[in-house]
Amino acid sequence: MAVRLQSEPFDAGAEIARLTKGRTDVGAVVSFTGLCRADGETGAISAMTLEHFPGMAEEELGRLETQARERWPLLDCLIVHRYGRLVPGDPIVLVIALSGHRQAAFEAANFLMDYLKTSAPFWKNEESESGSQWVSAKVEDDQRRNLW
Amino acid sequence: MKLRYFAWVRERVGRGEEERDIPPDVGSIADLVAFLKTQGEEYEAAFENERVVRAAIDRIHVKPNASILGAQEIAFFPPMTGG
Repeated sequence: MAVRLQSEPFDAGAEIARLTKGRTDVGAVVSFTGLCRADGETGAISAMTLEHFPGMAEEELGRLETQARERWPLLDCLIVHRYGRLVPGDPIVLVIALSGHRQAAFEAANFLMDYLKTSAPFWKNEESESGSQWVSAKVEDDQRRNLW
Repeated sequence: MKLRYFAWVRERVGRGEEERDIPPDVGSIADLVAFLKTQGEEYEAAFENERVVRAAIDRIHVKPNASILGAQEIAFFPPMTGG
């Protein structure tokens, strides 16, 4: 089980290297990195602050990881999510799935991101010239999650 | 009971958490929301569109009809926008 919350940036390459080091059973590594975009959900943004529910965020991500491991034959899995103030270009979230064959890793990483967006207790507040604004949840995100 | 608020629900209520005595006839999350809305205009504002506000009991997502019996901590927050 590996779920990590942190305010500092992460290095996706270093995480993949650490997870695969010394292993000869891994045939597929899929990683997804979400970045903070300058054209945010509320318009052109200068920064965003990610608020989270400490304790529940880790537990909820852990529950999602457990579900992914039950559905796909994963050899390992990592979810890293940042909180605090980020600027455009900064990494926000990292999901890595390791499996023997690619399909399981692709699907598990996709599943984890779809679920994470709608059930992990994080909220984005975007800053622009006109002030700050909470990002609204997107109906499409719920629809994507419900496809699983 | 400990109540916690996040994001714009926290801003509208004006605090991140509080201890509050809950009347014994408040049995569900929906009952608790109805009760809180009688506790001041900040709660009315926070739960103005109560179907939008989500809840968690002891850090697990629940629906409005969930029983709050035995709950240690109840959190209210907007739909999540992480990732």
